[in-house]
Amino acid sequence: MLRIESRGAPSRLFAHASPLIAVAVTLVLCGALFVALGHDPLRGLGLFFIEPFRSVRALGELAIKATPLLLIGLGLALSFRANIWNIGAEGQFIIGAVCGGRVALAATEDTSGAVVVAIAIAGALGGMAWASVTALLRDRFGASEILVSLMLVYVAEQLLGYLVFGPWRDPAGHNFPQTSLFASTTAIPRLVAGSRANLGLPLALGLAGVFWVFLQRSHQGFALEVGGLSRSAARYAGFSSRASIWIACLVSGAMAGLAGAIEVAGPVGQLTPHISMGYGFAAIIVAFVARLSPVGVIFSSLLMSMFYIGGELAQSRLGLPKSLTLVFQGLLLFALLACDTLIHHRVRWVPRQRSVTREPASRAKEPPEPERSRG
Amino acid sequence: MYRLELIDVTKRYPGVTANDGVSLAVLPEEIHAVLGENGAGKSTLMKIIYGMVRPDSGELRWNGAPLEVHGPRAARARGIAMVFQHFSLFESMTVAQNVWLGIDRLGDALECSLDDVRAALRRVADRYGLPLDPERFVHELSVGERQRVEILRALLGDPSLLILDEPTSVLTPQAARALFTTLRELAAAGCSILYVSHKLDEIRELCHSATVLRAGRVVATLDPRRETTASLARLMLGNEPPRVALAPSTPQGAGLVVENLCVESRHAFGVTLRDITFEVNGGEILGVAGVSGNGQGELLAALSGEDAGRGEGCIRLWGEDVTRSGPSLRRRRGLRFVPEERLGRASVPSLGLSKNALLTRQELVSKAGLLRIQALRALTRRLIQHHDIKAPSPDATAGSLSGGNLQKFIVARELDAAPRALIVSQPTWGVDVGASAHIRTQLIALRNAGSALLVVSEDLDELFEICDALVVIARGRLSPRMKREEMSADRIGEWMSGLWPPALGRDGEGTPGATD
Amino acid sequence: MTGTLALLFASSIDAGTAVALACLGLLVNERAGVINLGAEGMMLVGAIAGFATTVHTHDNLAGFAAGALAGAALALCFGVLAIWLNTNQYATGLAVSLFGMGVSAFVGVPYTQDSLGERTASAIPILSDLPWLGPALFRHHPLVYGAALLALGLHVWLFRARTGLVLRAIGESPETAHALGYPVQRIRFACVAAGGALCGLAGAYTSIIYTPLWVEGMTAGKGWIALALTTFATWRPLRALGGAYLFGGLTMLQLHLQGQGVNVPSQVLAMLPYVATVLVLVLISRNRGLLRANMPASIGKPFYPGA
Repeated sequence: MLRIESRGAPSRLFAHASPLIAVAVTLVLCGALFVALGHDPLRGLGLFFIEPFRSVRALGELAIKATPLLLIGLGLALSFRANIWNIGAEGQFIIGAVCGGRVALAATEDTSGAVVVAIAIAGALGGMAWASVTALLRDRFGASEILVSLMLVYVAEQLLGYLVFGPWRDPAGHNFPQTSLFASTTAIPRLVAGSRANLGLPLALGLAGVFWVFLQRSHQGFALEVGGLSRSAARYAGFSSRASIWIACLVSGAMAGLAGAIEVAGPVGQLTPHISMGYGFAAIIVAFVARLSPVGVIFSSLLMSMFYIGGELAQSRLGLPKSLTLVFQGLLLFALLACDTLIHHRVRWVPRQRSVTREPASRAKEPPEPERSRG
Repeated sequence: MYRLELIDVTKRYPGVTANDGVSLAVLPEEIHAVLGENGAGKSTLMKIIYGMVRPDSGELRWNGAPLEVHGPRAARARGIAMVFQHFSLFESMTVAQNVWLGIDRLGDALECSLDDVRAALRRVADRYGLPLDPERFVHELSVGERQRVEILRALLGDPSLLILDEPTSVLTPQAARALFTTLRELAAAGCSILYVSHKLDEIRELCHSATVLRAGRVVATLDPRRETTASLARLMLGNEPPRVALAPSTPQGAGLVVENLCVESRHAFGVTLRDITFEVNGGEILGVAGVSGNGQGELLAALSGEDAGRGEGCIRLWGEDVTRSGPSLRRRRGLRFVPEERLGRASVPSLGLSKNALLTRQELVSKAGLLRIQALRALTRRLIQHHDIKAPSPDATAGSLSGGNLQKFIVARELDAAPRALIVSQPTWGVDVGASAHIRTQLIALRNAGSALLVVSEDLDELFEICDALVVIARGRLSPRMKREEMSADRIGEWMSGLWPPALGRDGEGTPGATD
Repeated sequence: MTGTLALLFASSIDAGTAVALACLGLLVNERAGVINLGAEGMMLVGAIAGFATTVHTHDNLAGFAAGALAGAALALCFGVLAIWLNTNQYATGLAVSLFGMGVSAFVGVPYTQDSLGERTASAIPILSDLPWLGPALFRHHPLVYGAALLALGLHVWLFRARTGLVLRAIGESPETAHALGYPVQRIRFACVAAGGALCGLAGAYTSIIYTPLWVEGMTAGKGWIALALTTFATWRPLRALGGAYLFGGLTMLQLHLQGQGVNVPSQVLAMLPYVATVLVLVLISRNRGLLRANMPASIGKPFYPGA
């Protein structure tokens, strides 16, 4: 039978290799899925992995999808490192879009181009404010941030629906639930002619660098990391767990809100009930596949945007439902979790033994952990 | 005919031979000690007997016939029962429920009801004088009472061999003696006893014969009643036990002063601290003795600052009031702390040693809040070299170090910062002899340099060795000071039960002992 | 007026049954120390599996069975990862939810236009003709009664039976239970599968009986609410049932108000159940002592049998 044994020290090889193995496993599974659906697996996989790089325009589409995933993913990587599970980034994205959209609606053709900055800031502040509800309830009452932030996603969706069906509806829009198109001055400046990629991408990349410095080289980043690894050790060191909660929530909320504002003022240009394509949830996978590292998030957000575009292409060219993307995303996360166990464990084939043998691991010699302090 | 015989039993693990050709024999009605230091192989040997571990080679015999045990259940069916050092009890359940969960069968019936268990418990408790109410919840019980539950549970199976692993580490000297009475009765009634311990006085008092283990091998089989503590120690350790020289202390002013500290317990299972008042002078080591579960954890959290500002009272460090300060501030003022949990509190197992150094050495952060990586690594390398810590590099994870090495690192980390006051909890718990001696020497060196040291320990021998004075904590209260000349195990044992003489306060009113 | 009240009562129970079933399943999980955040995903796959099966077989029971199986299958994936391989339970549960949401959407595309035909009303003879009590309590689908009976049965089992005690013991300390010789991982696997089956059944109930159609994401967060309810109920089955019915009542109230033309935008009313869940979480979390005394101590923590 197969035995899972602890490695003792985590394998550094697998720490780096596991995301790659997970992607490979996902590829195989996706190929099998294509076959099961009656399509050529190579053609199907090509839609996901080759088509998005075919032209400048295609690269631009990739960048458009990658930007919000990168932004949100960075915030979530920080939050998860601190063991604060902000699952409601989707809601913070929506509120950021709403706030950014509000500023955009106020702009006209004569407004200076700098309104873009105002939109971005409004979005970040909106997302931060939404996330602060979660932080407050966790800080003061100990309510699970997972469930609170998730409930707030549904509330945010309803709020958006209300605004877009009601007070903010475009009077000239034939009763469609959408706001009027934003003035062209609010559009985030494009990078290159011929593609829709905008300044959001370099901004996101720059922020990735900032996050890296914060997490790897700053004391506060260290405090967050220790808090996420061991609450007792963090308390012993004098790190404030309350500060961790607020920093994690506010930062990830701000990033999600910023992404929302950029999405709405960039490629979309108006507020509709469906501005979010599930970026807030996809970003969770982005953060995990990146193993919570800011540099890794750059690559995993690229990978995830390939899944999005592949899904769209699969729909237009192969007639497959767009939700194929969601299936692939879920498979990737599963594969990653499974591969991650290889970092801490070794799988061995052991011939069946009749007796019950329990090998005490080295940790058995240690005095048991915080349990002993109950004294 | 021997009841239990081990013949040339060997067990190897990667990197270490736990038992090397061990032979041991226990007669019926005999109390047989297994003696050895930490890491000598006692636990592994007991696990082999109890069926939890399979030996690589060697033979076991039970009443003359070959014995093969395929797990604890089979062992219990044979009549071998074991009481571990760490209890297998569920706090949220009653004694009866716990026993119900833990027994295989009652008499001949395989199925038994909770009522059957209750009745059987009362019977056995009366028979052996171990009173216990089956309806009490385990979380309400003291550690000694919990041990009683474990013993009763073992006795319900009517064993012919009872193995006890370090049973008195959680008992006061008086309670230990009561346990000995029970064990003698048990032996007289026909049950052999294997008594695993490193407490030489107790073994000499209780046991008929002893097997001494050192580094996995048997070095002697003898009658401990005919030996002296010194000769046993020599056999156990291989040479003279390291003598730690303690010159008389010259107190240099009040280093750590605690006045009327009262802290409500955080939750239902904790202990409330009441009117804690004591002083540790510079150049002095004050020990805190006490059975586990009497408020040590709460006291340490209040002193280290992890629980700052919750209670009433006053804590002063060399004159400065630090009552409301958190751990970082207290460290900056010169108060440092080594907790008993090496992994998960004093260090983060998955982080490297240099990052773990940063946990408490926060002076290595620049003004801008950035880490001074090079300085950190240099410090870590220095600590590793100076204290002979076996670690491959400053980036080795804390979890990969052995217990002794990790404890050396943690103590070195704190001592290197030249603290003016140091609080240490269980400094050598589960640490091998060499590292223990090293740590104790360092603590004394710090004391000689003029710092104030507070050592909380459940190991009385250790306290006797290094402390200038002693207090005892019982039920959240602190006893008066006991000077080094006055220290005796018996008196400490009494005080551990809260029976210290009430001191007279300034107004002539007595300060209550902990029994009130 | 009493007629409306009776109907409101009855529809609250109906509305709360899906959440109740899921919550009871999650409760069993958490009592064993395993937290499965994949409730939403398991409910959705159960919903689509049940719906699709009923569309093809015209047999409700087959639909329920399919739903339960689908939920259990997804739960077993969770079990392999979180129990056997000791992956982070929270992350793995999230993966299950995301995957379940995706798979159900994908598989359900061809079924969005389907309908299940006329739903026959269920009623217990004689009892359902009682004034007020009749329409309130005795005109429900058998699964509704099933959920109530399950809650009762779990209550008795957890607190009286020895196997129930074993489960609670594992939830408090799997290491201790393991030391005593209990097959902790096997028992946890069984709990996870049972929990998944119940979540899947809850989803199937939603798509076959409650609103007999399929819409992507039709459970609209009920799985997450069921998770919140297990904490609110301090892991006690009867309280979980009551909480689920209260939640159902709130949903009904909100719909009722919308129908009455109350001068509040429909979206704001639709927020009510979610805001209520947040409030409920805050209320129960405030009482740290109560939570700590009742919470299975090992929730979410990895368990290594070899150590």
